[in-house]
Amino acid sequence: MNIQETNQLLRFTTAGSVDDGKSTLIGRLLYDSKSIFEDQIEAVKTSSQMKGFDYVDLSLLTDGLKSEREQGITIDVAYRYFATPKRKFIIADTPGHIQYTRNMVTGASTANLAIILIDSRKGLLEQTFRHSFIASLLKIPHVIVCINKMDLVDYSEEVYDQIVKDYKAFASKMDIKDIQFVPISALNGDNVVDRSKNMVWYEGPTLLYLLEHVHIASDLNHIDCRFPVQMVIRPHTLEHQDFRGYAGRVEGGIFKPGDDVKVLPSGFTSRIKNIELNGEAIEEAFAPMSVTMTLEDEIDISRGDMIVRPNNVPHVGQDLDVMLCWMNQRPLRGRTKLILKHTTKDCQAMVKEILYKVNVNTLHREEGVEELALNEIGRVSIRAANPLFFDAYRRNRQTGSVILIDPNTNETLAAGMII
Amino acid sequence: MGQYYLSHLKELEAEAIFVIREVVSQFEKPALLFSGGKDSIVLAHLSKKAFYPSRIPFPLIHIDTGHNFPETIIFRDSLVGELGVKLVVGSVQESINEGRVREETGVNASRNALQTVTLLDTLEDLKIDAAMGGARRDEEKARAKERFFSHRDEFGQWDPKNQRPELWNLFNGKKHNGEHFRIFPISNWTEMDVWQYIQQENIALPSLYFSHQRECVVRDGVILAKSEFIKLKPNEEVQLMTVRYRTCGDMPITGAVESDADDLDKIIAEVATTRTTERGTRADDKRGETAMEDRKKSGYF
Ligand SMILES: Nc1nc2c(ncn2[C@@H]2O[C@H](COP(=O)(O)OP(=O)(O)O)[C@@H](O)[C@H]2O)c(=O)[nH]1
Repeated sequence: MNIQETNQLLRFTTAGSVDDGKSTLIGRLLYDSKSIFEDQIEAVKTSSQMKGFDYVDLSLLTDGLKSEREQGITIDVAYRYFATPKRKFIIADTPGHIQYTRNMVTGASTANLAIILIDSRKGLLEQTFRHSFIASLLKIPHVIVCINKMDLVDYSEEVYDQIVKDYKAFASKMDIKDIQFVPISALNGDNVVDRSKNMVWYEGPTLLYLLEHVHIASDLNHIDCRFPVQMVIRPHTLEHQDFRGYAGRVEGGIFKPGDDVKVLPSGFTSRIKNIELNGEAIEEAFAPMSVTMTLEDEIDISRGDMIVRPNNVPHVGQDLDVMLCWMNQRPLRGRTKLILKHTTKDCQAMVKEILYKVNVNTLHREEGVEELALNEIGRVSIRAANPLFFDAYRRNRQTGSVILIDPNTNETLAAGMII
Repeated sequence: MGQYYLSHLKELEAEAIFVIREVVSQFEKPALLFSGGKDSIVLAHLSKKAFYPSRIPFPLIHIDTGHNFPETIIFRDSLVGELGVKLVVGSVQESINEGRVREETGVNASRNALQTVTLLDTLEDLKIDAAMGGARRDEEKARAKERFFSHRDEFGQWDPKNQRPELWNLFNGKKHNGEHFRIFPISNWTEMDVWQYIQQENIALPSLYFSHQRECVVRDGVILAKSEFIKLKPNEEVQLMTVRYRTCGDMPITGAVESDADDLDKIIAEVATTRTTERGTRADDKRGETAMEDRKKSGYF
């Protein structure tokens, strides 16, 4: 059983306009990788029959809650799981309707990879721009563009080439590191798990092959050491009377026992005595490991502090420039007081100004706007009540992200990426 | 330079530990809902790791339907002793005695639905503001959309339309008085992950999970253990079968599977080839296509 020792986890999102075949594609991946159980298939067969369909609708496998099922649409993020002998996969299944930018952003925030679906008959649509923009905004490191329903365009190489060309032209305006293209038929399975016999002109890998082999080990930041302290562990037992450990998750860099460290905001320096989990020593701690750290010196550290290296510190400050995705019915206006959450720290904050709004379909900036409405994205300046220790989101997705919370209703209002 | 990445099990473990630590940091009175099943046993193990060398800083709550497998109770008590953690038992029998709930009657009578009342009463008595459970998103369709931090209103209800978006690893546990959260640290684990982790970490489990001989009846395709809690229908016959359990719920409703798997390797091999989901062996989910979702809304997990 050495598979489990080396298998990596890949988290990906899927985006496409309604009817591009997203649910069918996910159903196909689950089905062909044998991740669907008999009783689930039975349930889907029964549902399909009740609805009077001629065929088993694989897309029903990914349809969740009752009211949604009745409306026949997916209206939230749903998570799906499948595994192959090479990798484990978590799919954040998000819908492509305009009003659900919020869900796409949510799904994208934890994804290593995005699959963007294009209907080969329709080519690039407004939604394609939006999905790609969100992928680039959320800094999803890898994008696979699946050109679907190739069976409906006679598996035409010309159609595929044109769409690839169009896509590359507009993607050059965005910041996406790694883009790959695959012509598929989700319905028939061409180039999803098995190579297509209908498109011998395509010499690239299948979708599943890409998912299994895309290089994700270096997606996380292993350079800038960042350890936001989650809590202090003090056992108060006779056996471990003097133990004082700092529990948290490494969000960047590589920490080793003996390393010199600096603690923010106090600025005190010390050296790492031990890194452990459950009493077992850890030689090197890197993202996204959860560990407990002890230091040589007794210094006052609490939740919300950050342990870093003295020669590589994050920005420390109260003023942030943020790309914000607004997720609430009530629009955001300038000079609104909110609660800001960043790493393990909460504090009061004020959105001072909305600098501009991005039209997610054209990428144009609209300046002089008064408010940011539900599902809108814009650049804002924020003043936090306390200093934060942050990096640019492009450098570190964990120390560069914030959420905003309504102090009255406690709802999560917005997701922000620090510029 | 070494390769700096984690195996999927290590990554899932790190995520779960992060969530458990967030719970203790963000809430005043957290608790772990301990069913005695493998998922809650894994959760107890993760909790131990998260706070070592401190003891687990919250109690385990067990809702005792009075219909448990005796093996579950024996196991529970020994685990609690080993971890040095506090155990609180909420008794469905007491809720019945106090007239808080009415027992179902008939051959398919189950105390599963009654648990909800006892659970909510227990949480309220102890003023628990965050109840952690071992539910996973892969178990059932309604759970696929569940959050790690799942907000419940003052009646303990879940509103699937009004869940907070969850971004990155920034969990929003803010709430008003009287509201609480259900928290699912192993949301992203599958049944296979749980079994592989149990093997990797060498976690002890109740004997029910391993193949054994048992007197059973087969009802509507579900293999149920013969017990004092189950009324036989006239045409039903008790037979000796070689079975094991894939989940450990209440005796009258938890179905066994026929199996020779008597160690973890065999169980993992079996899980890898099994063609029905775990919950498929629970009679209570068969009551209707959206049975789970309906119960969830009313406060059961
Ligand atoms: N011919 C053909 N039809 C497809 C393909 N993929 C999906 N469809 C059909 O397109 C319709 C919409 O698919 P669905 O998966 O529900 O789209 P979603 O709205 O993106 O989830 C359904 O009728 C599918 O059967 C494909 O590759 N070829």
